[in-house]
Amino acid sequence: MGRVKTIARRSFLIGSTAIAGGVIFGTYQYKREGENPLLTDLKPGETAITPYVKIDAQGITLITPRADVGQGAWSMQAHLIAEELDIDPATATLSSGPADAIYYNGVVGVEAMPIAATSETMLARTGRGAADVIGKFLGLHITGGSSTVPDMYDRLRMAGAVARETLIKAAMKQTGLRRDQLSTENGCVVLPDGLKIEYIDLATIAAEIPPAQTVTLRDPSQWRYLTKPQQRTDMVAKSTGTQDYGIDMWMDGMVIATTRTNPAIGGGLIGFEAESARKMRGIQAILPITGGIAVIADNTWRAFQAAQAVECDWGPAPYPGTSAEQFEVVASSFTDDHQDSRLKDQGDVAEALRHGPLIKAEYRIPYFAHAPLEPMSVVVKMSKQRLDIWTGTQIPRFVQANMARLTELAAEDVHVHVLMSGGSFGRRLEDDYIAQAVEIAMQLPDTPIKMIWQREEDFTHDFPRPLAIARAYGTVTSGAIDAFDLSIAAPSVAESSLARLRQPAIGPDVAIVAGAWDQPFSIPNYRVTGYRAPPMVPISSWRSVGASGNSFMHESFFDELCDAAGTDPLAERLRLCWHMPSQKVLEAVGEMSDWGSDLGPGRGRGVAFTLSFGVPVAEVVEVTQTDQGIRIDRAYVAADVGRVLDPKNFEAQVQGGMIFGLGHAMNCELTYEDGVPQQDNYHAYQGMRLHQTPEIMVRGLENGAKIRGIGEPAVPPAAPALANAIFAATGKRIRELPLSKSIDFV
Amino acid sequence: MKLTVDGTTHEVDVEEDMPLLWVLRDELGITGPKYGCGIAQCGACTVHVDGVAVRSCQLAASDVDGAVTTINGLGIPAARHAVQEAWIELQVAQCGYCQSGQIMQAAAFLDVNSSPTDTEIDAAMSGNLCRCGTYPRIREAVKSAALKLKAT
Repeated sequence: MGRVKTIARRSFLIGSTAIAGGVIFGTYQYKREGENPLLTDLKPGETAITPYVKIDAQGITLITPRADVGQGAWSMQAHLIAEELDIDPATATLSSGPADAIYYNGVVGVEAMPIAATSETMLARTGRGAADVIGKFLGLHITGGSSTVPDMYDRLRMAGAVARETLIKAAMKQTGLRRDQLSTENGCVVLPDGLKIEYIDLATIAAEIPPAQTVTLRDPSQWRYLTKPQQRTDMVAKSTGTQDYGIDMWMDGMVIATTRTNPAIGGGLIGFEAESARKMRGIQAILPITGGIAVIADNTWRAFQAAQAVECDWGPAPYPGTSAEQFEVVASSFTDDHQDSRLKDQGDVAEALRHGPLIKAEYRIPYFAHAPLEPMSVVVKMSKQRLDIWTGTQIPRFVQANMARLTELAAEDVHVHVLMSGGSFGRRLEDDYIAQAVEIAMQLPDTPIKMIWQREEDFTHDFPRPLAIARAYGTVTSGAIDAFDLSIAAPSVAESSLARLRQPAIGPDVAIVAGAWDQPFSIPNYRVTGYRAPPMVPISSWRSVGASGNSFMHESFFDELCDAAGTDPLAERLRLCWHMPSQKVLEAVGEMSDWGSDLGPGRGRGVAFTLSFGVPVAEVVEVTQTDQGIRIDRAYVAADVGRVLDPKNFEAQVQGGMIFGLGHAMNCELTYEDGVPQQDNYHAYQGMRLHQTPEIMVRGLENGAKIRGIGEPAVPPAAPALANAIFAATGKRIRELPLSKSIDFV
Repeated sequence: MKLTVDGTTHEVDVEEDMPLLWVLRDELGITGPKYGCGIAQCGACTVHVDGVAVRSCQLAASDVDGAVTTINGLGIPAARHAVQEAWIELQVAQCGYCQSGQIMQAAAFLDVNSSPTDTEIDAAMSGNLCRCGTYPRIREAVKSAALKLKAT
């Protein structure tokens, strides 16, 4: 496409937003969207009608800018566009597109604000609006916070509709027919006589006309894909070994690299001895990088062997070195000068607690590693004026900016190619491994480098979710909870992770109390206080972030108070819950699990509820005490995302989220000696395996007013539902994770 | 040394103790088998040697004493094995990184046990780790594949 067309197109390529029953264009949209980045890189014959749809004579490419870390985000984004564009998504090529501000996330910022998802006050609405403005202003091209569907639901359908109507306009121009004489069907414009013109044959004309300015989104009753069970676009590749991840890339002239840096992160390298490693077969170089060394080889195994043969003298950890010391730091943070937030404070808790009898409990959760099964890996190639990066990442624009800074290149000369990730759970919100590879590339210009971490390096250089301690106090009257006072102390994820992204962390860290302060219960005297422990081990977001641990504390203590009050824990939650969609998920799991029916001796049921990322989720777990330990028999989950766009993937994400929550609660922790995690591979960090996996029944409800994402919200209630079930079956109350420290599992 | 992989015989010049996984991935460019742990704890590297499921990250190249089949040779997108077919129909994969190994483990298992019980499936498949938690569908897909294999 010629330059003249490119410039002309830019002047009218403005975005779109939905209003009731239609769409408006104008200043509001102009404010929302920037230039279409696809236009700068078009090949001859290609057309990019919106930043999300590219067409040439060979086919249609859909841009799916939110990262797929296993949650099916690429497929869902493709279906959102395809629904309006009127194509079969399986026939399209999917691309992540470039790192660009236009793909900003306007929703995820809300998670950092002290706004309850259930709040509709003016302040809450203003805050949500601000998240959109900040997201756009900072160009937050980022995936996380279960935000892909809420952020993209309107935007991608609108992009598909604009592309469809523009193609129809192109057909009008070609045929001389009127709009009302034309329709679309499966990638074609249909003429009155039934003849069809394929979209790809309209690409050239479409490039020459302005995109449609007025489109109407289809009524849900007309949907072909959305709300129906979809076939994920990645299933064939992932079932035949043909899905390419970053670790699978191969290029001519490529070398393999692996790195070793101090497993006491930040402790630095005092010196190293690499003489024998250098002589090993296939070793091309051993290079210094910040805080450690990189081995360059012709084969991954040779690189690993040589890296293990390098003797490194590491500096001491710049934080308390043992788990006991680390927990002591957290335990001593329940003081006024460490108070970070008190976002929930209703009734008069101090007065209520004076009337006792006081029920007290302390809960502890350990560091958890992300440990996605594809270890951190990245391909980089540096030339004089260009850096290319291929990897699975949730933060392409931060990668672009940070690597531009590192290489002193302009940001536009740093090209980030986002690939399918073999899991993440939040790990790929960090770019530490990419920076290591770029440091190597700066020493080996014009050479493609594939850097792969050994699994042990991956475990010991994770930024785990933080440890935390909660102290809980409560009182009950006969048959009812009267006072609930939860204090949680933990280091701040925002402080740690935003510093690495060179972003400021302002105000309280809501994650310290997320999943606790924002729960929809009208307890007469109800208080949640966050205490910020000093930074220790570098930490980051882990699937469901703050709620992942806080739910265990909140929901376990809720159960303890119900026990003290002699009331049924499901009935008490329902009595105190004021939020209709939350009541409905509680009622649903009650019905699904036949709550209240007798399970017989040695068996028990536990319930837990957490509203996180705007999604109320209730879970019931059934266990049996056997000779070999606790067996989880069945689990029931009800969750409300407002509208279930794909029942198949909804079920998969709910089951997977619950298994993630159960597996870590049962079997996982990172413990530290000399600042180094003692669990460096899966033998010491099992998570859940098939033989421990229960049947999990899932129900999706649609009472919520807004559409939400389901990648994370099923995680938090799993741990407390299991702990509460164990109490019901055995009378044993476990207040520390992993549960396997206190009880055996089958 | 000579290796027969997915029906093709290759001459490779590698150390005797290089694990089969890295011969496949880095020397032969067969990337379906995955590296997950390197210590036979996750099963992502599972391949067949003469039809038996083995962890290729722990099998030295010089100890390979039969024909190797990888996920890439079990079936291809246009001509899938019954186990792959079941995996696709039930939409087992999430991130998909462990599924090459899960499918290879299941295929070898169904070869010796055509009508497995739930307990037998659990025992056969528990060495294969899935961080995304696709286990309920793995269980269903193994059963579905068993029926498909019987029908053929």
